[in-house]
Amino acid sequence: MPDMVSLSRAASGQPSQFKTPYSENGGTILAVAGSRFCVVAGDTRRTDGYSQTRYAPKVFRLTDKAVLAVNGFSADGNMFVNKVRQQLEWYRHGHARDMPLHEIARLMQTMLYARRFFPYYVSNILSGIEEDGSGAVYTFDSVGSYERDTCRVAGAAQSFMQPYLDNQDDWYTRPSVHYKNQRSTHSSSRPTQLPLSSVLSLVMDSFVNASERHVEVGDGLEIYVVLAKGSSLQGLEKLTGAQEVTATSDGERVFTVRRSLRRD
Amino acid sequence: MMNSFADRFSTTGPIAELRKAQANVEDDQFSDAAWGSEAGFGSLAKGVPAFTVPNVPDPSAFLRLHTDDHADPNCRIKIQHGTTTLAFRFQGGVIVAVDSRATAGSYVASGTVKKVIEINPYLLGTMAGGAADCQFWETYLGMHCRLHELRQRERISVSAASKYLSNLVYSYKGMGLSMGTMICGWDKTGPAVFYVDSDGTRLKGDLFSVGSGSTFAYGVLDQGYRWDLTDEEAQELGRRSIYAAGHRDAFSGNTCNLYHVKEDGWRFIGNYDISQMHYEGPTGTGTGYGYDLRVEGRTSANPPPAAAAA
Repeated sequence: MPDMVSLSRAASGQPSQFKTPYSENGGTILAVAGSRFCVVAGDTRRTDGYSQTRYAPKVFRLTDKAVLAVNGFSADGNMFVNKVRQQLEWYRHGHARDMPLHEIARLMQTMLYARRFFPYYVSNILSGIEEDGSGAVYTFDSVGSYERDTCRVAGAAQSFMQPYLDNQDDWYTRPSVHYKNQRSTHSSSRPTQLPLSSVLSLVMDSFVNASERHVEVGDGLEIYVVLAKGSSLQGLEKLTGAQEVTATSDGERVFTVRRSLRRD
Repeated sequence: MMNSFADRFSTTGPIAELRKAQANVEDDQFSDAAWGSEAGFGSLAKGVPAFTVPNVPDPSAFLRLHTDDHADPNCRIKIQHGTTTLAFRFQGGVIVAVDSRATAGSYVASGTVKKVIEINPYLLGTMAGGAADCQFWETYLGMHCRLHELRQRERISVSAASKYLSNLVYSYKGMGLSMGTMICGWDKTGPAVFYVDSDGTRLKGDLFSVGSGSTFAYGVLDQGYRWDLTDEEAQELGRRSIYAAGHRDAFSGNTCNLYHVKEDGWRFIGNYDISQMHYEGPTGTGTGYGYDLRVEGRTSANPPPAAAAA
């Protein structure tokens, strides 16, 4: 990876012949919001051309109510996560509480947009529990435009997984059942009573399928589950490999679940 | 004694250099603003946006190389494009209608984008071009409109707000910003619509449509537009125009968001599914806009009963 000084030297001769400071490390991330929980998942493979690393996490716990998944160029992604965490720590010192999810979303917009002319080559999905206890997903493009969503996939297998998840029949409250396959997901739709257990198996299935058909997806699956304040474990305790990573004692709870995916 | 006095106030010499260096280092750190939330703009530190720029001879060529998806569909950073937005002024205020699709290349990145940005209760901005550019700068415009209110003790005019935005984006001309927006609202001059884009164009007008589907929307809009439209007629015209664009333009579609600005500020009228409008009409009960309903039983593919029997 050239540093910026050698970058400018390389370019000084022939303008527009830059050595690119970006690469694409593959992989896929996914987040789903439930009514009182959210699930964020990412595979752990990192590819660099033909070579690959088998455990490079892409999903990060920011606070007990916010999880951030980054996909694209992993160096930019990791640096961005560090910077967000630093801002959140300062906020905690100044306000004696964790930053609410929608504030993190706006903060991320301004941080991403500050690099409008030298973007982080990263797709971000922020997910967690809103102040009203609802599960939320925020998706960002690389320069900071964002919106709240219920279910979002980003990365290499986006075009495999997003349509599959969009077509889960009981995903959204639909005004009518006619033309449901032609109808877009309604903007006012909020997740229904879809239970955590079915979301988890859907997520695992999606990644297993993606790893069968996409060379950049595989090795391991890392899932974060955030439960709203006071909600029951909903079967999480029985799930093999589930592990609690909550930092505080009186609020939202965060769990990780790890699964292995194809390693070839 | 004299020496320390001179050291303290001199602007040359090693101690002054050290002081300057220290000040620079402190400037580079986040300001006090970083400790608070600053309406989410904490990272802008002193209120002036500071951008990181790649250390290359021509930063905008660098950006173009990595983001321009018209020139190179395989380029790495996809910026969302494709839109239909419209706004028009009439007797009853301003109608603003937009679609909700965002595309990155040929992938429909989202079907639920909010392309109307609620700057404040009296001002709306529309979004076409770079989604982040519009979202960020129109939010930023909102902050300055509020500052104007606090300093001048009156609401900012639509003209002044749009000029603020226009001057702002003009200062970044040539650096790759992409936005085509309509600033709509009601001020002491009545209903107003201004078109502002990232080239620096700023136009006052009665009727605008922006985006890849704008030609389709104009077709319907121009045909049905009158100054003395009733509120219901005007809302229907906005909706119908966005439907037409969503139907014919591949890069527009999904749903239509409709707003109506009156003397007491804007009101959100509704979100309408474009394929529902095609089959069932905006309310889901009436006749759809689709022309297949109008030719039902009259084509060879779907012949009338008599012809089928014969």
